Amino acid sequence: MNAITESVETRVKRRQLQQTPLWKRILKRPEVGALGGVILVFAFFYVMAPPFRQLSALSTVLYQASILGIPAVAVALLMIGGEFDLSAGVAVVSSSLAASMFATEVTGNLWTGILLALVLSLAIGALNGYLLVRTKLHSFLVTLSTFLMLQGLNIAITKLVTGNVATEDISGMVGFDLGQRIFASNFHLFGTTVSIAIVYWLIFAVIATWVLLRTRMGNWIFAVGGQGDSARAVGIPVKRVKIGLFMVVGFSCWFTGMHMLFAYDTVQSGAGIGNELLYIASAVVGGCLLTGGYGSAAGSALGAFIFGMTTEGVIYADWDPDWFMFFVGAMLLLATVFNGWLRIRALSRSK
Amino acid sequence: MTSTNTPIIQLSNVGKSYGNISALRDVSLTVRQGEVTCILGDNGAGKSTLISIIAGLISHDQGTYAVDGAPMHFTSPRQALDLGISAVYQTLALVPLLSVWRNFYLGSEIRKGSGIFKRLDVKTMQQTAEREVERMGINIPDLEQPVGTLSGGQRQVVAIARAVHFGARVLILDEPTAALGVTQSGLVLRYIATAAREQGIGVIFITHNPHHAYMVGDHFMVLSRGEVELDTPRADLSLEDLMFHMAGGAGLNALQHELHRGEPTTAGQAA
Ligand SMILES: Nc1ncnc2c1ncn2[C@@H]1O[C@H](COP(=O)(O)OP(=O)(O)OP(=O)(O)O)[C@@H](O)[C@H]1O
Ligand SMILES: [Mg+2]
Repeated sequence: MNAITESVETRVKRRQLQQTPLWKRILKRPEVGALGGVILVFAFFYVMAPPFRQLSALSTVLYQASILGIPAVAVALLMIGGEFDLSAGVAVVSSSLAASMFATEVTGNLWTGILLALVLSLAIGALNGYLLVRTKLHSFLVTLSTFLMLQGLNIAITKLVTGNVATEDISGMVGFDLGQRIFASNFHLFGTTVSIAIVYWLIFAVIATWVLLRTRMGNWIFAVGGQGDSARAVGIPVKRVKIGLFMVVGFSCWFTGMHMLFAYDTVQSGAGIGNELLYIASAVVGGCLLTGGYGSAAGSALGAFIFGMTTEGVIYADWDPDWFMFFVGAMLLLATVFNGWLRIRALSRSK
Repeated sequence: MTSTNTPIIQLSNVGKSYGNISALRDVSLTVRQGEVTCILGDNGAGKSTLISIIAGLISHDQGTYAVDGAPMHFTSPRQALDLGISAVYQTLALVPLLSVWRNFYLGSEIRKGSGIFKRLDVKTMQQTAEREVERMGINIPDLEQPVGTLSGGQRQVVAIARAVHFGARVLILDEPTAALGVTQSGLVLRYIATAAREQGIGVIFITHNPHHAYMVGDHFMVLSRGEVELDTPRADLSLEDLMFHMAGGAGLNALQHELHRGEPTTAGQAA
């Protein structure tokens, strides 16, 4: 057949075409904008704030980034899958509150509290996902509702149980040392103290990146967010993928919640509000598309790193901390415009 | 493969309503091994609805649908795919932001490794996708290219190549040649014929082009407003008859008369 002989020639031609230079391929990755942002913001504070130049400052920055970054990795997966989670910020606090109060007030055992919190966090995620696929509402609305409900429940139940807006100190309980070692310990590296949260954050980011790019589930996440109908038509269980993604966010909230609990011993029931937007902002700065189907887990880590640098940089530069939010907003705007431009270039037909 | 008349799919009196719109009524259809069934009909006649039922995308609410004699009520296209029934939908069902090879294998990914290290076998998938797409006569320079950057026709070829690759027993094509050039249309038609005659695949071919249909079809069904208007084997039908039915029967004569004011044209000469 004619087409077969032709194809041999075209194949040779293609081999040459496929030698796209590495830098061009890197420029097509969703996280490249965030990488540029990291360099710029780092250079900015390096110049503006002398204390920022120390290694210990880097450790503090990375710690701030990890607290944002752990949920942000999961939120990035969810956003690639085409959905939002506005409840993640308060869900972190719900998890710490549940663990703390269940342990101190109900069982007297720290580990049952931790376990209950895990079940609760996964259940909140599953509920978000279930409501979403059941009602077919936009996830913005569904999770806005759970966000408001959790916000109310966090404070109301804490007051009911402890008669206070914060929980009791758990540092005296049996098993606290082990819990702290797992979730909130520090170690020394190159003469500075480093939080274990940073290690977890990097591990989660690497796992999520691997899952996205190299596993079937990753393929499904992109497809479900990119074109849900098409995904369904080739037999992908769209609803299960979405519910699963919400549960992954739930898991990340639990993990962060446990870190916060063991780092501070008590929990303020009104905390966490607004963090959900920082998770989303990290994911978006890292290259995630609000409409789904495009983005990167590693990018969300870079996004969180940018916000970590900004939080600490503002402090090291001795400015009013209120500047932080201004920077977050400005960077979000810059990053979305830049990422949009990059994506159009990446998706254009030119080599 | 040898016995060309074994029915694979049998629909009896199948119906489907969307709310109070009845999209399909009383449709009976048999898809046999090695046979090409052409489904024709006007826009909105119910062709896509019919094949969506067969492919498991939607489920019927009247009648029975049997595969190899066993009644089915699919809840996901996965179940149909697992039985070797695959479709090229009119909307193509591709994900624009995903690369060509990822789209090709979407939902049927090849994996290697085991346990938690089970991962995509990228190389095999890329090579197979490349080969299969090439077989359909187009050249896509970069398989990593997002499908959204391909031309409409190239996209259609990717969707067809995918369905062909996974449609081990029944291949459903909803207007596959609509966006294709002459060469690619030819390749697709030739493929349809070979798939049926040589590999014994049952093909359902939807098209608005009676010439294409008549070239490869063994059996013709014309739908009109959700009902079967014509259901006949090739032996009992000429191309002119087919075109007559497709154009809405007697309506065509009136139209022809109106347009040509009695010029001596027959529909068959349009080829
Ligand atoms: N999801 C849906 N909801 C409501 N009505 C629908 C839906 N899908 C199809 N219909 C209706 O069912 C009827 C048949 O549609 P279908 O898509 O099967 O037609 P078709 O024969 O494929 O047409 P075309 O040649 O234009 O592709 C139409 O009247 C259409 O409006
Ligand atoms: Mg149709």
